[in-house]
Amino acid sequence: MRLPSWLSQHLAALRTLLVFTVLLGLAYPLALVAIGRLPGLDHRADGSLVTVGDTTVGSSLIGQSFTDKDGNPIAEYFQSRPSAAGDGYDPTATSASNLGPESVVDTLSANPDDAKQSLLTQVCARSLAIGELEGVDGSRPYCTADGVGAVLAVFHRDGLTGPVTRVVSVNQTGTPFVGSYDGVPVEPASNGEDYQALGGIITPVRGTAPAHPVVPSDAVTAGASGLDPDISPAYAALQVPRIARERGLPEATVRALVKEHTDGRALGFMGEPGVDVLDLNIALDQQK
Amino acid sequence: MAGWLFVSTLVIALVAVYRPFGDHMYRVVAGTRHARVERGVYRLVGVDPEAEQTWGVYARSVLAFSAVSVLFLYLFLRVQDKLWLALGMPKMNAHVSWNTAVSFVSNTNWQAYAGESALGHLVQMAGLAVQNFVSAAVGIAVAVALIRGFAARKQATLGNFWVDLTRITLRVLLPVAVLFAVIFMIAGMVQNLSGGVDVTTLTGATQHLTGGPVASQEVIKELGTNGGGFYNVNSAHPFENPTTWTNWLEIFLIFLIPFSLPRVFGRMVGQNRQGYAIVAVMAVLAIASIALTVGFEVHGAGTVPQAVGAAMEGKEVRFGVPNSATFAAATTLTSTGAVDSFHDSYTAFGGMMPMINMMLGEVAPGGTGSGLYGLLILAVITVFVAGLMVGRTPEYLGKKIGAREMKLASLYFLITPALVLIGAAAAFATGNNSTALNTGPHGLSEVLYAFTSAANNNGSAFGGITVNTPWWDTALGLAMLLGRFLPMVLVLALAGSLARQKAVPESEGTLPTHQPLFVGMVVGVTVVLVALTFLPALALGPIAEGLS
Repeated sequence: MRLPSWLSQHLAALRTLLVFTVLLGLAYPLALVAIGRLPGLDHRADGSLVTVGDTTVGSSLIGQSFTDKDGNPIAEYFQSRPSAAGDGYDPTATSASNLGPESVVDTLSANPDDAKQSLLTQVCARSLAIGELEGVDGSRPYCTADGVGAVLAVFHRDGLTGPVTRVVSVNQTGTPFVGSYDGVPVEPASNGEDYQALGGIITPVRGTAPAHPVVPSDAVTAGASGLDPDISPAYAALQVPRIARERGLPEATVRALVKEHTDGRALGFMGEPGVDVLDLNIALDQQK
Repeated sequence: MAGWLFVSTLVIALVAVYRPFGDHMYRVVAGTRHARVERGVYRLVGVDPEAEQTWGVYARSVLAFSAVSVLFLYLFLRVQDKLWLALGMPKMNAHVSWNTAVSFVSNTNWQAYAGESALGHLVQMAGLAVQNFVSAAVGIAVAVALIRGFAARKQATLGNFWVDLTRITLRVLLPVAVLFAVIFMIAGMVQNLSGGVDVTTLTGATQHLTGGPVASQEVIKELGTNGGGFYNVNSAHPFENPTTWTNWLEIFLIFLIPFSLPRVFGRMVGQNRQGYAIVAVMAVLAIASIALTVGFEVHGAGTVPQAVGAAMEGKEVRFGVPNSATFAAATTLTSTGAVDSFHDSYTAFGGMMPMINMMLGEVAPGGTGSGLYGLLILAVITVFVAGLMVGRTPEYLGKKIGAREMKLASLYFLITPALVLIGAAAAFATGNNSTALNTGPHGLSEVLYAFTSAANNNGSAFGGITVNTPWWDTALGLAMLLGRFLPMVLVLALAGSLARQKAVPESEGTLPTHQPLFVGMVVGVTVVLVALTFLPALALGPIAEGLS
């Protein structure tokens, strides 16, 4: 029996797909899995696992949190970057924050489950906390002294124009970070109110913080993967005095360890220098 | 400074491989000899490798192969829980399966799921990664068929799809994939069948380190301009992109085939300089776009980047801002859609550049094959516009661009903007834009980006938006399907119509299509067409955000 041509064409397509599935979907990856068993390559193909004594403590490619059960930093360890993967550095839930450059207005609520921090407030809060932990100035542009985004909703008489009639500090329920704006006293925000929807123009306030804050940029931002194994040499340097103090080590020793675990740019121009936090902390633990 | 060296070395490397790699691909598609393993494939499959196909048969073969692929992948995802290496993952639900099947067959690799929490290893390697190979090969095959249309003289046929598919897969994609997979493993990409290991971290917490056949999939993800990551965070994941130099290599692989295909074009039409002209158009647009993207990101405008002091949100320390931005431009200038940083957190204008790259139709250099045929369509439109200006019948490579050719080219150009703009409008009309994470203009950008990415078969995203709802999965699935296969059919129809023509002898009034003037005109036509089409939509999203 001769099949109609449309049918024989689809059968040929199906047979082609099956042949390629065996070849490209099984033979090819499995051959590479086999190559990955070669001595010297197997360690890497298995995820560059790091062991201390007899126990595997992680992968030198994957970052970890160095915090206690409540999420507070453990002072004798170098801290990783903020992470948006699950509860932090969870390889089963990798993610970035995906918040945009103008994510500046928090959702305030008495119920913490309904409250949502804007990216700006997250950055400000992290900067403040790191400043306190390291004993340095944690201030940043567009941040209030209490560590939220310094953002006003400015209401004009005629919508976009006319004299200012009302000003609200949208991320603060307590005392606003400025007393008045354009001669109008600034009010604190109320929970659950959307001032933008009411006609307020969202106005971030720069403030007087230095343009190059003491706390480096990678320390206050979440990476792309949520598993970033590295911190910048600047952030590592910021943490050196605390580590030295907590561990009773000379700062020079800690600094030398940081240098040892800093990867420069490949060939001098690819990427950026980074310090592998897990490797560095393991090396610290071994300094006895 | 280091950032510019990063880009310059990529340019130098691509210039260096243009001729040898392009010539290799030319020999693959133009050769007459079948390798023994290929004969075996043809026998198993039951096709006659010597049978020449008309454009209609060629197109029906493409569609049949793709339809069977969608169905197969859909079923695979629906039963994955019962198969080997499922790792305890449940079957994928119906709408996400449809979306994913279309996504990988259409070379889009839009991901409405997170790999590490949704898929077992078998469906990744024997389902998704197979499509990474063959969907790329289908794109190249269609481009080659179009070139044959230009090169042919009064001929009814365009070659044989099954032969093109097999040869491109086995002689171009597979060898490069094997070579680079080994290099990637040396860099630290994982390649195993393990379900992962639980470790106790230094501070006593548990961390589940994932395993999987990642290196083998990573290579073809870039080489085939597919972009579907093994893990949710794609090439930002240290297991998918462990070092600063794998980042360079991944960008190189993304560009390798699309930038070398003009060489195949030049050789097949018998004038290498025509290939140089086409690659020059691609390069001008690509370099300008990369420079702008890197410039915007390094400048770091916007409230949060200013507060931070750099646009570091959603970027990895090892890549840094300039290299991340280079990757973002590369992945959207092609149809790849892999990411090593998260575009949603880019500065307003830095995040607009990936959108514009896709809106250009992904022709600089575009996806494997799709970039070349997209640019050749724009060249045809340019020849037509130039012909109107001087009042002559337009011709390109000795072929008259008549009414039929122009209708096909115009329809080709109109499809993706229609899908993007109608799709985005439909999302707002039905309230489905509410799944966007960000608010205001940025929320609009998330919706616009999603349809731009799907209709252009890119696959990258402003990832804040939630798209695993039935509406989004269905709508984006349709955009991917129509955005891939309607243009392909039109391209093949055009190829058929060109092939039937005899060559018109060159005359005094023929517009030379290998000179800088023509290169400039194609660049101009491309940018003007895109600007006219998309400027209003962009004004409501990233431009409004950037100027506020």
